Amino acid sequence: MNIILKVEDLHKRYGREEVLKGVSFEVQKGETKVIIGPSGTGKSTMLRCINQLTPPDKGRIWLDGVEVTHPKTNINTVRAQIGFVFQDFNLFTHLTALDNVRLGLLKVKKLVKERATEVAVEELRRVGLADKTEAYPAELSGGQQQRVSIARALAMDPKVILFDEPTSALDPELIGEVLTVMIDLAKSGMTMVVVSHEMGFARSVADEIIFMEHGVIVEQGSPQQLFSHPQHPRTGEFLHKITELYGETG
Amino acid sequence: MHHLVFEWSWLPQLAQGLTITLEITATCIAIGIVLGLLLAIGRVYGKHIFYWLSSAYVQFFRGTPILVQLFTIYYGLPSWGVRLSPFISGVLALGLNTAAYQAEYFRGAIQAIRAGQMLAARSIGMTLPQAIRYVILPQALRLVIPPWSNELILMLKYSSIVYMVTVMDLMGVAMTITSRNFRYLEVFIVVALMYLALVLIISRLLRMLERKVRIPGLGVERR
Repeated sequence: MNIILKVEDLHKRYGREEVLKGVSFEVQKGETKVIIGPSGTGKSTMLRCINQLTPPDKGRIWLDGVEVTHPKTNINTVRAQIGFVFQDFNLFTHLTALDNVRLGLLKVKKLVKERATEVAVEELRRVGLADKTEAYPAELSGGQQQRVSIARALAMDPKVILFDEPTSALDPELIGEVLTVMIDLAKSGMTMVVVSHEMGFARSVADEIIFMEHGVIVEQGSPQQLFSHPQHPRTGEFLHKITELYGETG
Repeated sequence: MHHLVFEWSWLPQLAQGLTITLEITATCIAIGIVLGLLLAIGRVYGKHIFYWLSSAYVQFFRGTPILVQLFTIYYGLPSWGVRLSPFISGVLALGLNTAAYQAEYFRGAIQAIRAGQMLAARSIGMTLPQAIRYVILPQALRLVIPPWSNELILMLKYSSIVYMVTVMDLMGVAMTITSRNFRYLEVFIVVALMYLALVLIISRLLRMLERKVRIPGLGVERR
């Protein structure tokens, strides 16, 4: 057992609405965990609580033995070790692909420019964009932008990467190229937590699937178990509906 | 009917005044950029006392006439033993004043940057000051150029009020010449044309700057 990320009893409330009502789970090193569930059930909020972009109201989080939620923990140091891939990419619009990937290496990791460039170029090659280093985000397709943002996360050499619906903002024909990169990543042993509606991806890549609804984890287990023998009737209903809606692409 | 009579001898004197006008404008705009940026950052990201102080500053300097501010500094401060030269008083009053207006332009531009930019910067471990410096400001400063141009042009023209504390800027020189020859119409036509020429040159330069720092792929390219 090599637990890299541990989330314990996470609570978050927006005004009167309680979005997270006590979520707990663990992620092993090298594991790919896919979180599924209807919209508005706190999946994205939960992801943002992990790196404290949204501070939780209650609950504790550990990254590789360090308590993220401890008041004395330097959150910037922790965030540098947690990659985050956003639904709408959020590439820095004024920087080229290369500079997007390089910025954190230069300013956060304080690498010298030559070394930072080496790493950035290598990561862009890894996501298949070696020829786009000088392109600005507005000159790239959505799929290419999302791959740059994955390279940006990878460059920091994170202990885990959190994906917040990474393909939801993409045109259908661009989803494949992003999923391919993510599948390669999972196979290479990267630890990943992925919020996604891509059931094909979940089924073929996830080591474990978590089904969330109304701010709690309803059920978790292997893809095999969830797809074939869901323990909870809501899991079965949801999987049925989502497969009908999105098919099994990826 | 008044016959217009121009004299070449005015030009060297007016040119000298023009230099002073440019010096004052450049200095007060520089003060305004630095102070205005700090105020804008205080208004957007500041908490408690920082937010309150920067907001109070902006409200005060936008809420009182610039001439009152100038006279307070030049005629008022000596009562506290602070005697500033006419030039310094003028630059200070204009600089403090334009800072308040520039702060609002900067604030608008900063708030126009999508929230995801800040989230992305923080997600790779940048501190708030790093995120502001390397991600938010480079974008906001590009965005602010068109509205900010207004402020620069306005300050170039507003700087003429410093003649009221005896600075020999373009306006001050014009007042001196006309007090001797009473050719108000001619002298002020020349002065107006000089201001106009400067404004046109500055507008052109700012448009060039705007084009030069444009982010490739963003926005509509003209022609």
